[in-house]
Amino acid sequence: MSAPAVERLGSATLRHVAYAGALAIQFRNTLATIWRSFPVVGNRLRWQSALRQMVAEGVDAFPMVGIMSVCAGFILAMQGASELRRLGAMNFVVDLVTIGFMRELGPLLTAIAVSGRSGSAFSAEIGSMVVTEEIDALRTMAIDPVEFVLAPKYLAALIVLPCLTILGSACGILAGGLFMRISADMALSIYLSSVVHSMVLRDVFTGLVKSMAFATIIVHVGCLEGFRVHGGPDAVGRSATAAVVKSTFLVILADVGFTAIFYLTAAR
Amino acid sequence: MTEVQPAISVRDIVVSYNGRRVLDRVNLDVHRGETMVLLGSSGSGKSTLLRQIIGLERPESGQILINGVDLGRCNPRELKRVRRSIGVAFQNSALFNSMSVEDNIALALREHTRLAESTIRLMTWMKLAVVGLVDAGKLNPQALSGGMKKRAAVARALALDPEVLIFDEPSAGLDPIVAAELDELILGLKRAFSMTVVVVTHEMASAFRIADRLAMLYKGSLIAVGTKGELLDSTHPRIRQFLDRVPDEIADTAGIDEHFQRYLNGGAM
Repeated sequence: MSAPAVERLGSATLRHVAYAGALAIQFRNTLATIWRSFPVVGNRLRWQSALRQMVAEGVDAFPMVGIMSVCAGFILAMQGASELRRLGAMNFVVDLVTIGFMRELGPLLTAIAVSGRSGSAFSAEIGSMVVTEEIDALRTMAIDPVEFVLAPKYLAALIVLPCLTILGSACGILAGGLFMRISADMALSIYLSSVVHSMVLRDVFTGLVKSMAFATIIVHVGCLEGFRVHGGPDAVGRSATAAVVKSTFLVILADVGFTAIFYLTAAR
Repeated sequence: MTEVQPAISVRDIVVSYNGRRVLDRVNLDVHRGETMVLLGSSGSGKSTLLRQIIGLERPESGQILINGVDLGRCNPRELKRVRRSIGVAFQNSALFNSMSVEDNIALALREHTRLAESTIRLMTWMKLAVVGLVDAGKLNPQALSGGMKKRAAVARALALDPEVLIFDEPSAGLDPIVAAELDELILGLKRAFSMTVVVVTHEMASAFRIADRLAMLYKGSLIAVGTKGELLDSTHPRIRQFLDRVPDEIADTAGIDEHFQRYLNGGAM
């Protein structure tokens, strides 16, 4: 390996380590201040901000997550049915859709939708505040930008993403039911009782843990990209793109890790 | 006789960006109740010095003391207290676009005091009255003109009744009439509240109207600190150039000739 290549590799490694360090510091600072966003014990203004974020990150995202989940539910049911029909095992489509959504597709699709919608919005909002010196103004007013801007977003995401994941999974499973009604003439009541039968509490738990981890990634990557903006409005655009790309990549990477952990612990 | 502690004391600070020295061993004292104007051409380091004074950046070496508190060594609680005693009006106003003007002003009061909402509203109204924006409280910052934004930023800086008020380029981008109004506002505030005021500007008329003392930066170093008279009488070539509005020679003709000569002799362009 030539010297410039080694130099580039070293500098890229340092850059990534610095990025991971910045994420870790930001996460620690958020944990130290997030209680100020809690209702009753915290600051009323932060909780109000968190409620507004819940609407933006969750309620407004539901139509998109719902439609994506319905489409994915149909796709999964059709793909599964095309193979399982040949084996005379159409009933297993119910298990495929249920387990697929509860463990995997529900959290992942929701996270990707939220990453695209909210991750870029966080970065653009904070990046604009950096460019217009609003973040500096907060600091000079002795207001911690992490507590003021980031913590309410994070609290909102921690509450809203698991809820969206459950709703998204329900949409996907219902789409599977519709497919079974059309293609296998299975009554919806029978489909739903089969869904309940194949649902395991552990799968629900797995999905929720994943969704909270994904919320952490999306909020922290999005906000860090915003705080790191230097320059003019074009830098804000670049940071929004970077936020979506990096958070989606990290969500999928984390999903592999979580799935491996749950797979290995389940096998024992 | 005990010496009176300055409100702001800058001691030997050095600041570099990417290996380039932006401030080089700068020393400056701003006394209580005085208006200090930082002058200098673009890139002279005056905005960097301002960011150091308000604690947004830390120097490579040296100290910044606000009312005797060293910003580099104080704990977060002390830093917070110091910041609450400084009001800053930024160059581009830096008003929060997601809030109305009155919410911008009320923010610091809501964050740092336990006052009732009715009291906060009254105080906000008073700050708006001081800057002549009583009717603009409900508007969003986007709906304000440049001059109104600057005045709203001043009202926000006044929210916690600071001891030190800092202005970054208050006249930038304003027409002469609005700029003069802002000068009068600064003078009025100083008279009414006996504040220590630091103003960064390169508008000479404004600087001489409001300053008690002026400090001039050139390429990261302070080349003069004194009263208006002292500055006007100075024979320092850079100060004279600045006061007499003499342009730098933009094109380095000797350098260009040498470069072409090298190129014609087979060197790279």
